[in-house]
Amino acid sequence: MPSYVPHTDADIAAMLAFCGLSSIDELWETIPSALRLAGGLDIAPGLSEPDTLARFERLGAANRACGPDLVCFAGAGAYDHEIPSAIRRLANRTEFVTAYTPYQPEVAQGVLQALFEYQTLVARLTGLEVANASLYDGASACVEAVNLAVAAAGRSTVWVSRGVHPTWRETMRTFAAGTGHDLVDVDLVDGTTAWPAGGEPAALLVQYPNHLGCVEDLAAARAVADAHGAMLLVAVDPVAAGMLRSAGDFGADVAVGEGQPFGTPLSFGGPYLGLFACRLEHVRRLPGRLVGETVDADGRRAYVTTLRTREQDIRREKASSNVCTNQTLIAVTCAIQLAWLGTGGLRELARRCARGARYARDGLLALDGVEPVATAPTIREFAVRPPVDSATVVDRMLEEGFLAGVPLDESVGAGDGLLVAVTERRTRDEIDAYVAAVERVIK
Amino acid sequence: MSGPAGGRATSIPLMGRDEEPTVFELSSTGRRAWSFRTTGVPEWPEDELVPAGHRRDEPVPLAEVSERDLVAHFTRLSHRQYSVDLGAYPLGSCTMKYNPKLCDDVAAMAGLANVHPAAPVATIQGWLELLVELGESLCAITGMHSATLQPPAGAAGELTGLLLMRAWHRDHGEDATRRRVIIPDSAHGTNPASVTLGGYEVTTVPSDDRGCVDVAALRERLDTDVAGIMLTNPNTLGLFEEDILEIARSVHEVGGLLYYDGANLNAILGVTRPGDMGFDIVHMNLHKTFAVPHGGGGPGAGPVAVSERLARYLPGPCPVRLADGTFGWHAPDRSIGRVHSWHGNALALARAASYIVANGGDGLQQVSEVAVLNANWLRHRLRGVYDVPFDRPNMHEVVFSATNLKKARGLRAVDVAKRLLEEGFHAPTVYFPLIVDEALMVEPTETESPETVAALADAMERIAQDSADAAHDAPRTTPVGRVDEARAARQLIPTFDARRSGGAD
Repeated sequence: MPSYVPHTDADIAAMLAFCGLSSIDELWETIPSALRLAGGLDIAPGLSEPDTLARFERLGAANRACGPDLVCFAGAGAYDHEIPSAIRRLANRTEFVTAYTPYQPEVAQGVLQALFEYQTLVARLTGLEVANASLYDGASACVEAVNLAVAAAGRSTVWVSRGVHPTWRETMRTFAAGTGHDLVDVDLVDGTTAWPAGGEPAALLVQYPNHLGCVEDLAAARAVADAHGAMLLVAVDPVAAGMLRSAGDFGADVAVGEGQPFGTPLSFGGPYLGLFACRLEHVRRLPGRLVGETVDADGRRAYVTTLRTREQDIRREKASSNVCTNQTLIAVTCAIQLAWLGTGGLRELARRCARGARYARDGLLALDGVEPVATAPTIREFAVRPPVDSATVVDRMLEEGFLAGVPLDESVGAGDGLLVAVTERRTRDEIDAYVAAVERVIK
Repeated sequence: MSGPAGGRATSIPLMGRDEEPTVFELSSTGRRAWSFRTTGVPEWPEDELVPAGHRRDEPVPLAEVSERDLVAHFTRLSHRQYSVDLGAYPLGSCTMKYNPKLCDDVAAMAGLANVHPAAPVATIQGWLELLVELGESLCAITGMHSATLQPPAGAAGELTGLLLMRAWHRDHGEDATRRRVIIPDSAHGTNPASVTLGGYEVTTVPSDDRGCVDVAALRERLDTDVAGIMLTNPNTLGLFEEDILEIARSVHEVGGLLYYDGANLNAILGVTRPGDMGFDIVHMNLHKTFAVPHGGGGPGAGPVAVSERLARYLPGPCPVRLADGTFGWHAPDRSIGRVHSWHGNALALARAASYIVANGGDGLQQVSEVAVLNANWLRHRLRGVYDVPFDRPNMHEVVFSATNLKKARGLRAVDVAKRLLEEGFHAPTVYFPLIVDEALMVEPTETESPETVAALADAMERIAQDSADAAHDAPRTTPVGRVDEARAARQLIPTFDARRSGGAD
């Protein structure tokens, strides 16, 4: 087995002697003998590096990964986008990978500046003034947005559109058991949220475009929020944002989202990236870390984590968020990819996804028995209702070489359907073959 | 031992002291790095792709740089960053050990990295097997019954554990009456914050003069309104809670549950187990004990393991081994629900799984043996140079105090920390735990050689003899000098755009 412990037996003996000890066992004198584990761990002995790698290669081979043999049309918050070589190389630099949280800013300017650039890019993408240095994923960003809104409003009811990803809503519900927040599901009507009239919500949470891929009317959502003195929280698709007016432009108080599309592979769902941006007036309630610019003792530009008094290690039981470790490396990756895409590339990326989705949607809806789940406009993801159960379609399509999409969760309230995402990677030939295969499997 | 032979992990950061402009300042209109696949997908006018009221007029202004400039920029930023691969990080409570490179290769395997999280069970058998085996290993290490791998970080694991606690008491008709969670005054800040977010009130229990939980004071605080206690063992002073069995008995007697904060698990692998101590709920920081790299602050992974009676409350879906030898998902019947968008930080879990496989049970035990030996050696070596508030056998970390130096010459813990940066080491954790004045919490970990640990001790000894004036100016050899944190908060500049507008007050 490999050992990452450098000490030789002679080293260990010398160090023990220095401590006045004669054996390793004497290190454990403060542990009651009844608690000492006799016989060591019930875990197999270590494997050599090549044997370990072979074992995990075997596990990888036991999956069917997305690629030429399983062409990906699945999305639902996890997208098969291109990751450029430059991003892979830069994001894997060990200075970023093996750094700690930047608590000593004098030796952490690299991570701090990368996060400052990330915050700037996310703020511009969402049309808001300030973004934090990341949360865990889309779901945790929603949880924190609700916590912020409830703390600011002093009311605990939040209206949550059923167009928000089902797993994000479930996660919010899990954590609401602790905070006591009252999350009220709001139904979709033909693909977009139908806000109720009465009630006193602290906030509205809507996804843009939503889980069905439909573009929600944010101006209407803002008006409903205003009528109730409530905040507007918007979960944005950061890729579609390349073509859509920003959440901030529609008056959102908080924008959250899943940053995985920018440089992070599908990764079986993690680590992903929780995007979180808000208006400056809410900055003192911002969850997680925030990097700010300042100067060093010689007046040179420098970066540092700031407004630290918001954070759990200082506020302790008065904290409104317990986030400590976040997703810094994924945020740095996102920043690098957004800079690689740049002003023109993000728009082109969004356009290409939208064109592919339109082409695939037209193809599927031309098939006998395939209906749209909703008629509201979609951008880069859409839901169709096949004539056979959509889980069956997904299973049969595996044999055709496609991950056909994600069956709709019943909590969306839109009935059965297949959620289909098309990224810039999908060629016309792949889409044609996909549509032809769907036609075969629904017969 | 401090002779010239042997590898040392110390280095003053390599980089020059030149300021690096932001990527926005490097931008030049029309320059680009992007390129996309040729797809043959037909064109549509943009106004047919996006409804009129929602179409963006101008593209999002991001940056406009060539790939060459982009690579140079982020490479230069990386040169302004200290990291484990450059040198030792003796940060107490953070377990900044070396991250084996084989784990990077595992996380990059296409068969793992390119799997969609919503893919059907038939296509994810390898992932499910990996997760099931990791869960089993973590249970073997902690002495627990079953685990969830969903929590993406330690704090998320804590909150998950508290929600499991609440679900248990709710099912026993006591959610309304059990309102308090006890935590020691030496606890990590995430503990009280998690307690609050779990909907509980914090009751603090003091430490006694040995640095352990004051058992008499604990008993005074125990009643039937206590939901549970959160403990770290060894605690944040690096000391083993010797009365843990007595503590467990007392808490269980009033119907409370015991929560184990796994931040310090690196001390006890193969030596003792939280399950045997009486803990009901255990979270682990895979980015500490199991060598998942910290990534500059994340991503980590914070699995939670529980005793048998709490297994039915775990977040679902759980990966499980089925009777026919294949793998599938299982939703526990009284599940608290999901705590993550998908299945947790899966690639971080894969790194930890490969670390456990490579080390094996025997290797993991050696990890703790040497981690504890290194920390005890440091205590012996620096006793008399720094105050040792609790000078008795410690576990994987040791807490010193600069109180003696502050009294003698005005040298504070923060000065020691900043001077160490000049000496080529990352600083220890300072001013924590809160119950020790001028605390310097040092955790060398098992991966630092005797030569490195000796060099760290030599540096700390030199610093202790410094004049305070010299130390107040430190660090002078780092990419930037001491940073004005007060100004950053007073004149907030959280984005490049705020900078251009002169900062937002």
